[in-house]
Order: sequence, then structure tokens, then C-alpha cells
Amino acid sequence: MGAFLAKRILATIPVMLIVAIIVFALIRLVPGDPAAVIAGNMATNEDIARIRTELGLDRGFFAQFAIWAKGLVTGDLGQSFFFKKDVTALIAERVGPTLSLAFLTIVITVLIAVPLGTLAAWRHGGWLDRALMGFSVLGFSIPVFVIGYLFAYFFALRIDWFPVQGYKPLSAGIGEWIRHLLLPALTLSIVYVALIARVTRASVAEALTEDYVRTARAKGLPESRVLIKHALANAAVPIVTVIGIGVALLIGGVVVTESVFSIPGLGTLTVDAVLARDFPVIQGVILFFSVLYVLINLLVDVSYVFLDPRIRY
Amino acid sequence: MSPNVRRVLKNGAVRFGSTVLIVLTVIALLAPWLGTTDPAWLDAVNMNQKPGVTVDWTGPDNQTAPRTLLMGTDSFGRDIYSRVLYGARVSLLVGVIVSVVALAIGTLFGLLAGYFRRVDAVLMRFMDGLMSIPAILLAIALVAALGASLTTVIVAIAIPEIPRVTRLVRSLVLSIREEPYIEAAISVGTPVWKILLRHVLPNSIAPMVVQGTYVCASAILIEAILSFLGLGLPSEIPTWGNIMAEARVVFSSAPYNMWFPGIFLTLTVLAVNLLGDGLRDTLDPKFNKRGAQR
Amino acid sequence: MSRPESPLEHSAATPVLSVRDLAISLPSGSDRSHAVEHISFDVRAGEIVCLLGESGSGKSVIAFSIMGLLPGNVRVSGGDLVLNGTALNGATGIDAAHLRAKRGTEMAMIFQEPMTALNPVMSCGEQLDELLAQHTSLPANARRAKVIAMFEAVKLPEPERIYASYPHQLSGGQRQRIMIAMALILEPKLLIADEPTTALDVTTQAEVLSLIKALQRERGTAVLFITHDMGVVAEIADRVVVLEQGKQVETGDTQTVLSAPREPYTQMLIASVPPIEPPVRASEFAGPPALRVESLCKTYLSGGWFQKRRETRAANLVSFDVRPGETVGIVGESGSGKSTVARCITRLIDPTKGTISLGEQALHLGSADELKLARKRIQIVFQDPYRSLDPRQRVGEAIIEGPLNFGVSRDAAMRRAKELMSLVRLSPEVLSRYPSEFSGGQRQRISIARALALDPEVLICDEAVSALDVSVQAQVLTLLEEIQARLKLAIVFITHDLRVAAQICDRVLVMSRGHVVEQGLTRDVFLSPQHEYTQALLASAPGRHFKFARNSA
Repeated sequence: MGAFLAKRILATIPVMLIVAIIVFALIRLVPGDPAAVIAGNMATNEDIARIRTELGLDRGFFAQFAIWAKGLVTGDLGQSFFFKKDVTALIAERVGPTLSLAFLTIVITVLIAVPLGTLAAWRHGGWLDRALMGFSVLGFSIPVFVIGYLFAYFFALRIDWFPVQGYKPLSAGIGEWIRHLLLPALTLSIVYVALIARVTRASVAEALTEDYVRTARAKGLPESRVLIKHALANAAVPIVTVIGIGVALLIGGVVVTESVFSIPGLGTLTVDAVLARDFPVIQGVILFFSVLYVLINLLVDVSYVFLDPRIRY
Repeated sequence: MSPNVRRVLKNGAVRFGSTVLIVLTVIALLAPWLGTTDPAWLDAVNMNQKPGVTVDWTGPDNQTAPRTLLMGTDSFGRDIYSRVLYGARVSLLVGVIVSVVALAIGTLFGLLAGYFRRVDAVLMRFMDGLMSIPAILLAIALVAALGASLTTVIVAIAIPEIPRVTRLVRSLVLSIREEPYIEAAISVGTPVWKILLRHVLPNSIAPMVVQGTYVCASAILIEAILSFLGLGLPSEIPTWGNIMAEARVVFSSAPYNMWFPGIFLTLTVLAVNLLGDGLRDTLDPKFNKRGAQR
Repeated sequence: MSRPESPLEHSAATPVLSVRDLAISLPSGSDRSHAVEHISFDVRAGEIVCLLGESGSGKSVIAFSIMGLLPGNVRVSGGDLVLNGTALNGATGIDAAHLRAKRGTEMAMIFQEPMTALNPVMSCGEQLDELLAQHTSLPANARRAKVIAMFEAVKLPEPERIYASYPHQLSGGQRQRIMIAMALILEPKLLIADEPTTALDVTTQAEVLSLIKALQRERGTAVLFITHDMGVVAEIADRVVVLEQGKQVETGDTQTVLSAPREPYTQMLIASVPPIEPPVRASEFAGPPALRVESLCKTYLSGGWFQKRRETRAANLVSFDVRPGETVGIVGESGSGKSTVARCITRLIDPTKGTISLGEQALHLGSADELKLARKRIQIVFQDPYRSLDPRQRVGEAIIEGPLNFGVSRDAAMRRAKELMSLVRLSPEVLSRYPSEFSGGQRQRISIARALALDPEVLICDEAVSALDVSVQAQVLTLLEEIQARLKLAIVFITHDLRVAAQICDRVLVMSRGHVVEQGLTRDVFLSPQHEYTQALLASAPGRHFKFARNSA
């Protein structure tokens, strides 16, 4: 186990390094003189020169990357032009709402998607199965902001159940926290439920065709036990895998949902930073989300050891 | 092959999806002749008109005549009906080009990685890195760096899709190359490139086509999201995302500005997804774990 | 649990299982309307009845219908299934809940593949424990004691350790013992065994068969045993029911059916069983060897940064040669290294050490071009007829692929393909069709034709008939011998099937764990084996003492 963990953690290092290189290279993709573009139309030559030095655009690619990467390791993501603040501090300020939203969404999704997918697989071709598959393909097709505005229109504008916009931190009480987050979390969970219910259904349906399920039935076990202890237990690895991969989808959705419901999290920060061409912030946020994604999938990999005794490292 | 084609054409999802897409393509191509006006034209007298009203409308030729506004106007006084119809052009174009580009590059990479171990080690590490950045964020960052034009938006959306296609093709190659018929081909002296083209590629086509439709759906959605956030194509270009971005401002008074493009967008993506699901069910029953290609 | 004092007394009165005029219908669109029809037989206590049939005979479907485990679209459409006087189907039959209560308690089943039939994520002990928890009111510690006792009864070593083990940590034979323990722990009246030894090696098979027989005698269990293997029938059955394409062809006691079958189908089936005694063959083959293998070694290295490096010797110092017209067999159980040798010879994998020469040409070294030329002279036929042809390539294209690689013109290659079709007894029209349109036996003929298209001097057959039904197997073997006689081919025949080896090979090599333990003329090796492994192997062959009826027709 220890060796396995060490191996998996080491394996994330090249991935993180490549992410860092890609993120670093972004600024150099800007056509023409990046410093001039970033500074904007109103900038003086001095401004441009200052930005060029600050971003190290006057140095070579690798020389500047080394300086930048050294900062990363110590947690220094540079300075925001627009907010005039440390990027690390900015991210720390905004991370609460984003993680709250993502966490609530994952909880809602797993509670809905796994039982529904399992039942649909059990009654393959039945009404629940067809309804769930119909919902799933629709869930993949409606853009998350359209869902957001639909929910806002019906649950907040039409019937005044939830606030239309805004965010209350957990310190304001768990009731207020959930009341403000429920609509965004439901919005965001639609596509995630679609994905996970679909994979649960496919994996459980596949497990149900396996010989060991036939053995379980030949033992005279009730269907509920066959379904949960035999089929679902064997489908756990692909389901957990997709929950992990789906986090990428979730992060994309967070950016849009925060924008729709005006939640002051990292998503709105990203959009503001792009509109202001505030590259240090853009780079910092992307790095943060990528590290989060890689860490979650590291956890997923570790969970395999508990879900499937055949996987031993 | 013909029984295969017949089976595909009998599938309800394929029929629905392809019918909707053909109709949308026709609408997009014939937009100028479907009672539209210049989608960028604004008539400041007729701002925020409700759908269905008939008004005195001053057109691009400066002639004023009565006009029925099927979907109303936005807060600048632009005709939403015209903008929605022209918007279909951008969505379909982005969907098709992104899926073709991502599929072509991803297939090339996947074949190389699946067959040559040295290429595999380097290429797949890079793809792992690329995949660790959530697709929408990467697209947003690329647009921020490259600037927003049709070409850059297409490039920005295509790049995050390439590693997904690469992984799929690579895993197909790895499983197909274990098949005894590949060993049989090796033992009759068939060179590697011929094995890839004659045996591996034909046996990978079905899942690749299916993947292509999912890439297309995702590309259309991401383009709309970029526009909606105000980060995509310039706002004077009519795209469904841009129309909805403008609708946000007046949402509480005129929510229908959001619904018209929203319905078109959803219907388009739904049609592409159904086409993909139908193709998957009929061509490749084993490959049904969407998103689980890890 | 009390047991009848003398189960055999019980037997004469009422059968444990009675099947009357059973019909099972298939969903519309299948190749026939019924999986089986007009099936009637009894199984009494203390008796083993074999359902014997080739693939597609419907033998497994009967077993599943008794257990009530048919897939949703397949159903019993007529007849009666009666277990211990209780009707299992029809208007008077019991409902699903009562049927479920009988599974595991009154009737139990073991399956072909013990690896897939056990839940991979549940420990072996738990898998028996949940059965006891479901059907008995025993407390946890009593259940555990009972499971451990049952593991002892099926002769599993270290039952305590096995209890906590997962299926993948056990050998195939041990897994099947777990299945047997699970099936018999509640002392069911009826045990249904669906090809329980087919996936096992021959020595393990012999152990498992004798275990089933011993437990069944001891407990007076009625056994319905499903198999395609006439040797197994001879070994274990009291009575046998022969099935062909869903019809009951012949029923009777084992001795009578196997030695004096009445029906032509049974006669043909039994005549197709290759005798285990090798015929007398010409032992001299003239000329220099077509293929010479010397000190061939293949070593696999596993492990990486964090694990210990492990060396696996898949093949170790294997030497033999084959002359034109001669067939040399390599026999062994799974993991013996016989397929590794085949793949090294054809250079699908690279040998670690040793030399391989084709006539004057050394195949183990040389440039890519030389290897390509050598490939032409040595060809291989694989085991799985369903995967060895590209499903997207027409048969004709598959056959001419080799010649085209070596610069033969398309027309000439096609002409040759047509000749080859008549050589393997298929019509030339086959060339324009796809592999999916053919049966396993036909595909194997196509694979042979593909190999022959390059006019090889050496043909490697890697378990080339092992996946085929016995009647088809006999046809393909006859075809191979004819072709060999005509083309003076040197054949390396790799098989786990001792009967097949006995009939087709001039000489054999016996392999075990990567080593050749014995080699010599087939008749010598089979009639007076020297090495103890060879002796054990031959002693395990099912039905070896049985005299099968030879073809009288």
C-alpha cells in the first residue's frame, strides 16, 4: 500500500509538470506583443515595459519558466494586475463558495444517480430504464446556463422558494448556506447525474450478465442482495472512476453556474480575469483546478484497492 | 455492409437525430430567404419588443414597413428571429469542424501511441497533462490568449478534445492488436503500416464515428458557453450564446429572449447526441460506457 | 441435518428429478423456434445422469430451465419439471419465491468457469456464508464452522486461509472445489453440474471428477451432469441422454450407449472420439529437417521500480526437429510453455536464447527483410476460429493478403485461392463473403487455406482443433493429414488433448513448466511413458479404459 501510494504520487509529478508548462506557455501564445495586448489601448510605453518585465516576457522561455516554477513551489502565483493582489490570496478568498457548490453537487448526484442507474439496469428496457435514458440524453444536451435560468425562472421568479442570486457562507448557518446553494447545485447536478446514472446503468447491466450473478441466483438469494452485493459491488470501480473523471465536467459547469447565480467563487473570478486579460489570475485558477482534478483522481485510484481485492500494489 | 446500413437507418434515435440536423442545416443555409433581415441590423425605435407583435420596422435599406417580429427584439432593437436563424450557421460550423479536426489529429496520435511504445510514453504523458485541465477552462484560457475569432474559437475548442480521441483510438488499437487475426496478418508478412490501415482502422471506425458525434455535441455546447460568458465570438456576430448573453440583462422582464435560442441550441445538441447513441447501439453494442474511456 | 439412512433404497420409488416432454421456446428471430423439444428423463437419488451433446444441442438450457434461471426471453413452453414431487413449472407449479427457496437447498448447480462463476470482490468464505445466512437460522459462528468443515470435505488445503481468500488467489481446481462446496453444503437432493471440468487441465479434471463422484456416493445426491466430452461420460455417468440440435436422440445406460449405440447420430459422435491408443506409424522420415529448434529459451521479466524483479521461464532449452511430411506434437497443460514455443518459432515473439533454423536459413537472427522471407516458409493456424479472421475483411482478401505481400499479382493470387478452397473442401464462392457467415469448422478451414497460400514448408497448428466440436474436429484432422500427405508439409501440432495427439502425431514432446520432460515416438510415449509427469498425465485422461464403439457404418 505504501509503495503503491508513493508510486501513484510520483506518477502525478510529470502530469503536473506538463500542466504547468501548458499554463505557463499560454501567455506566449498571445499574438503580437503580449505585453502591449495585456496593457490595453490606454497604456503608455512605460506601462507596457513594466508589464513586460513583470511577466518576464523579456527573458527566454525556459529561463522565465524556471523562475515562475520556483514561485509555484513556494505557493507564489504572482500578482494580479486587475485586483492588485497576490493571486494566491485571491484564490483563497474565493475558494469557499466554489468548493461548497461542488461538494453539494457531488453529494446530490451520487444520491440520485447510483440508485436510479442500478434500478434501471435491473429492469433493463423497462419504463424506469427508458425514462432515465431519455433524461440522461436530455441532460447531456441542455446547456447548463439554460438549466440555470429555467430553474431561476420557475423556483425563484415564479414561486419564491429560493433566492435568485448570491451566496451565504457556511458560517451564516447551514440552512442559509443550503438555501442559497440548492438551486445552483441542482442546476449543476443535471449533467453530472446524466453521466453517472448512465455509467452506473451500463456497468451494473454488464455485471448482471456475469456468471457470478447467475451463481448468486442459483444460491436462492433475494434479488436485492444479488443486485447490491453482487452486481453493484462489482460495478463500483467503473462508477467511481467516472465520478472522478466527471469532476472535469463539474469544474467547467461551476464556472458557468457561478456566473448565472452570481456566486462570488473561482468561476466568476476566472471570467472577470479573462475579460480583464489578467493572465496571472487566469494561470493561477487553471493550475488550482487542475491540481484539484489530479488529486481527486489520485483518491479515486487509491479507492480501487478497497473496492476490488484483485487490485493490489 | 448493407444490412448494417439498413439496421442503422431503422433506428429511431438515428432517424430523429439526422432529420433534425438536416432541417437545421437547411435553415442555416437558406436563412437569407426565410424572411430574415440583417442579423446585425438594429432599429433603435423597436427595442425590447415582445414576440409576435407587428411594428413599423426600419430595415437596413432605411425603408420603414410593417414587420411581424416572430421572436421579438433584444435590448438593442435587433430582430431575434433573424439572429437565431443565422446563429445556426455558427453552431453547426463549429460542431462539424471541431469534430473533424479533433478526430483526424486524435486518430493519428492514437494509432501512433497504440502501435509504437516509444511514441506512447511521451505522447500519452502530454495528453494526460492536457486532460487534467478541464475542457471549458482550457478553451477559455486559449481564447483569452489567442483572441476571439471564428478560427481561434474552433482551435480553442478542438485542442481539449484531442486527448480524448487519442485515448479512445489508442485503447482500441491496444485491444485490436491482441486479436489473433493481427498475429495472422503479421505471420503472412504484412507490414505494420498496412496492418494499421487494413485491419486496425476498419475495426475502429464504429466507435470513432460515435465518439465524433459526442465531440461535435460538446463543441457546440462549449462554443455557446464561451459566447454566453462574453468570452467567445464578438457580440455583433449572431450566435445562440451571444443572443442569450444579451438576454441575461433583461431576463426578469423578457425571459423569452433566453428561451428561443435555448430551445434551438438544446434541440441541436440533442439531435447530435441521439444520432451518436443510435449509431453506438446499432454499430457497436459493446461500446456503451460513455465517458468511461479511461 | 438428518439424512436418509440409505439413499439408494429411496431411489427406486420416486425420481428426484423428473422431466417430461419438456419444450423450451426461443424468442422469435432465432435460428430455430425451440431450444429443445420433447425431452423426457429421470434422475434418481444416488445416480449420475449425463446430458451429452455438441454445441447448440440445448443441453445447458435444460439445466437452467430446471433451476428457473433461463434468460427473460427464453421460456419453458411445454412439459413438466418435477423436483421431489413438486411441480416447478406450469399451472400447478410453485411461484418464484418458493422456487428461489428451493435453490441452494433442494437443488444446486455448479458451472463451467469457476473463475467467472465466483464473485471476484467477495471472499470465498463469505460466498458460502451468505448462502447459509439466507436459508438457515444458524448463528454466525456456527455458519463459519460449517463452511470450514465443508471446505475440509472437498479437500481444500488450509480451510481457514481459504475462507478469507478471494477467488483470484486460488487455482482453477481450488475454485471449482469452492463451487462444489457451495453447491453441496445444504445437502441438496439434486446437483446440476454444467460442464464443470471443461475449463480445467486434465490432471485437475480427474481430481474434480473423482471428488464429485465420491461426495455424490456418500450423500446419495442425484446428479445431472452436462458435458460434451465422451471420455467424461465414460468416466462418471450411470445413464446418458444424447441430444442433437434440441432433440433427444438416444437414452440408456452408459455402457450400452457408448459401446453399442443404436442411432446413427450417436454412432457418428462416438466414432469421432479419437482413440487414446496411437496407431502404428511409419517412423522414418527421409531428408534433412525442415525445421530445427535448438536450446530455445524464452524468459519473461516482470516487476519494476517498486516490486521485486521476477524471472519467469516460459520455455527452457527446448530442442527438436521436424522433417518434411512429419507431424511433431507438443503436448502439455496450460502454462506448460507449449504456445510460447509456437510463438517463438513463428517469431511473433522473440526467443531469449537458442537457434531456430528453416533448412539452411537461421530464423532467430537476421534482418527484418530476411525475417520477412522466412515468414513465407513457416505458417501458423490459431486456436480461436472466431477471432483469427478479421471480421471486416472478405475471406478472399484474407487469403491473398500473404501472397500480395510477397509480390504475387492479384489475379494469380485469386486463382491460387480458388484452388485452395477446393483443397480445404469449400466452394470458391466463399471467397467473396465475410467470416461471420461461417461456422467454426469452416473458419478453421479458411485459416488453413490462408496459411497454405504462401506455400509454406512448415505449418504450426496451435490448438487448431481445440475449440471445435468433436465431429467437426475429426473432419479437420482428416483434412490436415490429407494436405500433409499431398504437400509433404512438416507440421508442429500443439495441443492439450492427448487423444488428438495420439492420432495425428508421429512424434511427441511432453512439456511441463517450460521444460520438455519426455520426447519420442508417439506410440512409445503413450504406451510406456518414462517420466512420472507423462504417466500422471496419461492416467488422468478421462475414459482411457473405455472401449468406444468404432464406426460400423
